This record gives sequence, C-alpha cells and structure tokens, in this order.
Amino acid sequence: MTGAAPLVQPTGLRAWLLSPEPASRWQARLGRLYLGWRTFTKNPLAVFGLGIVLLLLLVALFAGFLAPYSPVAGGDLRTLRLLPPSAEHWFGTDDQARDIYSRVIYGSRITLWVVLLVSVIATPIGLLVGTVAGYVGGWVDTVLMRLTDIFLAFPRLVLALAFVAALGPGIENAIIAIAITSWPPYARIARAETLMIRNSDFIAAVKLQGASTPRIIMGHVVPLCISSLIVRVTLDMAGIILTAAGLGFLGLGAQPPMPEWGAMVATGRNYLIDQWWVAAMPGLAIFVVSLGFNLLGDGLRDVLDPKAAK
Amino acid sequence: MAVATLTQSGGHHALRFFLLRTTQFIAVLATTLLGLVAVTFFIGRIVPIDPVIAIVGDRAPAHVYARVRQELGLDLPMIQQFWIYLKKAISGDFGNSVLTTNPVMTDIINVFPATLELATLGTIIGALIGIPLGVLAAVKRGSLIDQFVRVLGLIGYSVPIFWLGLMALLLFYAKLGWVEGPGRLDVTYSYMYTPVTGIVLIDTLMQGQMDAFWNAVSHVMLPACLLGYFSLAYISRMTRSFMLNELAQEYVIAARVKGLSEFRVIWRHALRNASVPLITVIALSYANLLEGSVLTETIFAWPGLGQYITNSLQNADMNAVLGGTLVIGAAFVILNLVSDLLYRLLDPRTR
Repeated sequence: MTGAAPLVQPTGLRAWLLSPEPASRWQARLGRLYLGWRTFTKNPLAVFGLGIVLLLLLVALFAGFLAPYSPVAGGDLRTLRLLPPSAEHWFGTDDQARDIYSRVIYGSRITLWVVLLVSVIATPIGLLVGTVAGYVGGWVDTVLMRLTDIFLAFPRLVLALAFVAALGPGIENAIIAIAITSWPPYARIARAETLMIRNSDFIAAVKLQGASTPRIIMGHVVPLCISSLIVRVTLDMAGIILTAAGLGFLGLGAQPPMPEWGAMVATGRNYLIDQWWVAAMPGLAIFVVSLGFNLLGDGLRDVLDPKAAK
Repeated sequence: MAVATLTQSGGHHALRFFLLRTTQFIAVLATTLLGLVAVTFFIGRIVPIDPVIAIVGDRAPAHVYARVRQELGLDLPMIQQFWIYLKKAISGDFGNSVLTTNPVMTDIINVFPATLELATLGTIIGALIGIPLGVLAAVKRGSLIDQFVRVLGLIGYSVPIFWLGLMALLLFYAKLGWVEGPGRLDVTYSYMYTPVTGIVLIDTLMQGQMDAFWNAVSHVMLPACLLGYFSLAYISRMTRSFMLNELAQEYVIAARVKGLSEFRVIWRHALRNASVPLITVIALSYANLLEGSVLTETIFAWPGLGQYITNSLQNADMNAVLGGTLVIGAAFVILNLVSDLLYRLLDPRTR
C-alpha cells in the first residue's frame, strides 16, 4: 500500500487524505480510514455484504413507509387467509391473514435490535474479562480463563436454550441468554491481544509515569484490542442472528404477534406443504441478512486484521 | 549399546511426558465438568418458579410448605445444596422428568443413540465430501471449484438450519417424493426388529430385516445430509487452508523434483500431513453437530436428545432440560479434549 509511488499524482481531497506528512492527527486518522476503505472496496463481496447491512438499517428505519399493511393486525380471515404471493401481497399472507411482506419488513427492527443489544452487552464483558486476565496475569488470569473455558464448553444454542428455559420465554430473555453465551470468544481474543501489548515499551513508559493498573487497561490496552474485537463481533453477528432465530423458531424468543422471523418460520411449518411461502419468505430474510453480516465481517477482517485473513 | 540406552531414555522421557499430559488432561476435564455442573445448578436456581409451590400448590398451609422445603433440601446453605447436586450429577442422577415420569438419565440413555446415529452419519458425509472438495479447492486455487467451495461455505455459515431443513423437506419429500418424511421408521416396520443397540440402521441390518433397513435409510437420508452439509462447509474450508499451508512446504517441492506424480504428491504426501490437524477439525464438527441436532431433530421429528430437550422446554420440565444440557456439554468437552490429545499423539512436533 505504501512505498510504491502512484503513477498519477492524486489531487484535491485524495491528495490531502493520502499525504505522507499529515498536518494533524485528524488528517492522519482520516487518511488511514481512507486507505482501509480502499482495501475494503477491492473486495466486491464485502461491498455487497455492506450493501445488505445498510439495506437492513434503512428498511428497519423506514419500515413504516415501506410496509403497505400492519405487521400485527390481520385482514379478513374469510378471504385473505394464506393467499399466495401476488401484486397485492408480495410475499403472500399468513394464517392470520396478515401481509407477510409487511411482517418481514417490521421484523428487520427486531433482528437489528437483537444484534445491537447482544453486542452492546457482550463486547464490554468480553473486553473487560480478557484485558484484565491478560494484563494482571497470575491467579486472576487462571480463574478468569477457566471461567471463560467453561462457558465456551457449552454449545451456544443449547446453553441459550437452558437460560431462556429458566428465565422464561421472551425477546428480552433471549437477548440476555445470547449475550451470556457470546462473550467468551471475545474474552479470549482480548486476552491474546493484551498479552502482546503488555510488555511493550510504551506500557512500561506509562507505568513509569505512575499510571494505575485500571488506567493502563482502560486507556492504553482496551483501545488497542478494539479493532480485532470489532472484526470478531461483526463475524459473530450472523451467528447471533441465527441463534436468535433458532430460539424464536422454538417459541422461546419474541412472542406472538411480534413479527420475529424465526417465529414466523415456525408458524409456516404448519402450512409447509401447501402454503410454502409462509415459511419460505421470513427464512429467506434471515439467510440474506446473516449472509450480509458474514461477507461484511470477512471484508473488515481483510482491512483491520490482515494477518488473520490468510 | 549406546543406541539402546538412548532409545530407552527417549522412551522413558516420552512416557513421562505422556503421563504428565494425561494428568493435565484429567485435571482440565475435571474442572471444566465441575464448571458445567455449576452452571446448570445456577440456571436451575434462577428459575422464577418456586419448586415448593409447584409441588404443594399455593394454598398449602405454612407447615406443609416448610416440610416440603426441607425435604427438597432448599433450606440448606447454597454451597451445601450444590454439593448434593454435584454428588447426584456425578452418579448420573438428574432427578425425574415431569413429562415422562422416568429418571432423566434413563430417558437420555434411551434417546441418545438416535442422536449419535444422525450426528455420526452427518460427520461421515461431511468428511467424505468436504475433504476432497477442500483439497481440490487448494490445488486449483482461484479456479471455479475454489469459488464454489467458498460459496458453499458461506451459505453454510449463513443459512438457518431449521429453514433449510423445512425447505429440503418440502422439496425432496413433499414435491419430489425421493425420501421418506419425518421420523426414524415407518410404523409398519417398527415391530419387525428388536432394538439392541438403539441405532436402527445397525439393528435392522444385523437382524436381516432388509425392508426395514432401507426404510430407515430413506428416513435418515435427509436429516443426515442436512447435518452433513453443515459439517462439509466447515471441513472443506479448513481442509483448503491446511492444504495451502502444506503445498507451500519444501518437501512438496522435493517430492515433485523426485518425479512423483502430482496425484501422489497431493494425496499421499501433502494430505497425509494435513490430516493431523484435520482430525481436530472433524472432532470439532462432530461436537457442533450435537448442537445442530437440536433444531434438526425438531424438524424431522427425530426422537433424539435434541427433540427431548425441546419437548421438555415446552413443558417447563427443568430437570430434563438441565440433564440434557449437561450431557451435551460434557460430550462437547470430552470430544474437544480427545481431539486435542489425538493431535498431540499423532503430531511428532508437539512432543
């Protein structure tokens, strides 16, 4: 990326971004961001993934404008039940005479909500456990890592199932259960990064300046762990969506009449043979969205963590 | 003489190393299993339902409530309760299932062979197709087949297993009629053999009931292929990366310079070396299929551990749920550690 001189000298904004002598920290940061973006856009699949994720965001944001019908209120049960896809009902209607297209549109909000909340809960836990274990070391490290291993030992869906079974079905409990099962890999990664950083000279310098352990961890170790963690969390989002959908499918996630995609597939199961669209459409939505997150994660890994990409 | 002593001391060293590893292995296994029991104990305690009220009802007088509470051991300190729970769990006593009224362990022993059958077939299918695909993708890097393997893997990582199962059922069972539908065996065949191992395919074959055997094959085909696909996605991706690693080594160049055929270089030399880490991958994918079976069994009405857990869940049968969770967790841990041990045994570099 660096080194080779470009054949055509960049001008204007690009020249400013790619300047080898940035005049401010701000310019250097933006320049790095731009370089990362260039690497990212070289991978068409990653751009495609980003497109899907952006589409999901837009659809969730403008669900009210995009959905022609109500996601929860059904139509006339005598005439509008289980209709096949048509110009009026793009994805057909379900057993409650509700428009499946509108439900899928509104369902994007639930999916996004789950993904956001799980990452907001699980990432800080993993980050804290991993950095503390890696930086403090000794018996703290042993205890925290044993704990992490125990949670890693359970298959994710099964552990989430057991938690939801205990807490009671519902979207909030499903989110808590998925978050509880998500943090261990983040802790592992954060610890590995911390072990590499711990003995660097700049940490020694900060220590000599008299910084306390919490200050070093929060101010100097955590920021350096974040980029590899972002990659991992993005790659994990597809898994979070699939686990949430699986819980919904088993009736343990969002409760009716919420338009949760997994629960919608479960409804469609009863009409599978003759009214295939009831199960097919929401399932397709789950597939497309998790594919998008997987592609985006792959692309981000190439940019932020080139070592792991090979 | 000198040679003899050398090998002897080498053997002694290897033995000591092996014993040390085994002790370490058992220690890790013990702490992890203890942790698993602690987690299920904890989950059992956060259930918002009061187990005493569940038994005596909410209109029971206070002294009855107190007596039942004492009988259940709920008045003891938490740590003592855990100790009792642990002792029971080690002896395989997870209490009785509310749903079937049997001890949970008996139920699990009954349903486990079905899961084992499905997961084993899935892993076999995944390995038989996934390894050659991964090798081809590595050898012809960047070619059409490499792209194909990549896409296959991406879909495998992104598709919800329960949805794919339903769609497969719709296509291959309802529309095309290629395979039998949900269940393990048609009712007409279910009394034609005596269950011995609990694995229908083996039982029917051993007893010469060929009709029943083929019926069972037709039933198991779809769920096994479905699980096989998920393990294929993982195995082919890992095989590709291991093979790329091996093909860049110098011994491959040496083998080519010696004039060995490309076939021999790839399948005999490179794959042989790649097979050591592959064993770990296959064991891991086997463990993952135990998890994947929870949703697959629900869809295919497969009477295994996964269906047992989900059925119990829907009936708030916590003893059964936690027992099943613990068994799957333990199987997961043991498979992981065994694969680790195998890797150490097979790869001379780790000694």
